Amino acid sequence: MKQFYKLPLPRCDISKLTGKLIVLEGPDGSGRSTQIARIKTWLEGKGYAVVDSMLARSQLVGAELEQARQGNILGPTTLALFYATDFMDQFENLIIPALRAGFVVLADRYFYTLMARDLVRGADLSWSEGIYGVTIIPDIVFYLDVTPRQLLKRRWQKTNRMDYWESGMDLGISRDWVTSFLIYQGRLRRIFKDLQQKYNFIIINGNRSIPAVTRDIIAYIEPLISSPE
Amino acid sequence: MRQSTKIKNYTGALIAVEGLDGSGKSTQLYLVKRWLELNNYNVYLTEWNSSEIVRQATKRGKKLNLLTPTTFSLVHATDFSDRYNRQIKPLLQTGFITLADRYIFTAFARDAVRGCSPEWLRNLYSFAIIPDLTFYFKLPTEVAVERILLNRPKIKYYEAGMDLELNPDIYESFRIYQSKLAEEYEKLSQEFGFIEIDATLPIEVQQEQIRKIITTRLNLTKFIKIEVVS
Repeated sequence: MKQFYKLPLPRCDISKLTGKLIVLEGPDGSGRSTQIARIKTWLEGKGYAVVDSMLARSQLVGAELEQARQGNILGPTTLALFYATDFMDQFENLIIPALRAGFVVLADRYFYTLMARDLVRGADLSWSEGIYGVTIIPDIVFYLDVTPRQLLKRRWQKTNRMDYWESGMDLGISRDWVTSFLIYQGRLRRIFKDLQQKYNFIIINGNRSIPAVTRDIIAYIEPLISSPE
Repeated sequence: MRQSTKIKNYTGALIAVEGLDGSGKSTQLYLVKRWLELNNYNVYLTEWNSSEIVRQATKRGKKLNLLTPTTFSLVHATDFSDRYNRQIKPLLQTGFITLADRYIFTAFARDAVRGCSPEWLRNLYSFAIIPDLTFYFKLPTEVAVERILLNRPKIKYYEAGMDLELNPDIYESFRIYQSKLAEEYEKLSQEFGFIEIDATLPIEVQQEQIRKIITTRLNLTKFIKIEVVS
């Protein structure tokens, strides 16, 4: 049976959640979405119904959150809560119903990313853990580990400008975008490694070829999904 | 609760009022504001109202039936955090007597009625300091409900706690919801040491009590405005 991290979520009967929750964590450019797509195909090939969830896509506050990001007027505590609202909306209105219906949920990141971003900005770990304490412990969590240097190279395949938030420019680390990016991404990576034991992250070396990474992940997933809940 | 050490340069004072809709707390707080203003103190009144973000989100949430107790709580915490960090906290650091018409206890009561755990809520709002003084305007729920229904023909969906599915009739739902809130306030009053004011007393009698308590409990002289001679 599934478990909550700390506290029960109001109006949620955990014994009814028969699906599997698989989480892929990793920074932008770690190949996360590519892997999600490949694993989804593999699961569907095996006959499993898959739902994928993503951060910052909630119907509830997704649009306002994007606005806030553009305007950059909210302080770190407020932004943390805004993201938490967005995440919990997805969690309760997408992830929970899918688990109840017996789907495999492939989560393109979970609250760990949000927590790491908040911790880098000085948030209290216990505060953050308290807020996200009403979420479910996933069946498995992967962290695609890629060096900040490698992330920097890969990001140019998708965009033609450095991104303000992805570079941690709000932290005032450096006036130089690349310097700031490397330091900021390094700090996030550090936090994931610090939290690895506590949250049972399986660290996958993402600096390798796409099929090699997929093979690794599937080797972990295969026994998991065939086991009964 | 080592409150004032939690904020650097805490030179102000925070006074909050809590109670059911119709308990007269806003009227009382306004009178406190006038009293302090007329005596030349630095004073600022802030209200627990929703910003555009919350309004949009709750509107959409209601329309699409998206809001859960948890996200309802988080939307309001987000909104409060912005007001707290950009208004209330800076005012306290500037040295103002800050008057809050409803504070985090409103969320504690309302969200607990919706099923959020008290522990989760205390943690969520732990970034905010506990007021120096919190006045709780206590009156029988029926009296509060009658006051509201007399003055306001139309009750809003969330005000009536319609999302709790207590009763399909909005007025009946409002009554039940208010009595549940009153129960929560009673518990909070014990936990946080609210100063209870009998809200059935005449307005000016309540106000006299409040002014007396503020005078005794706060060192008001340090909030006097100093006129700058040009």
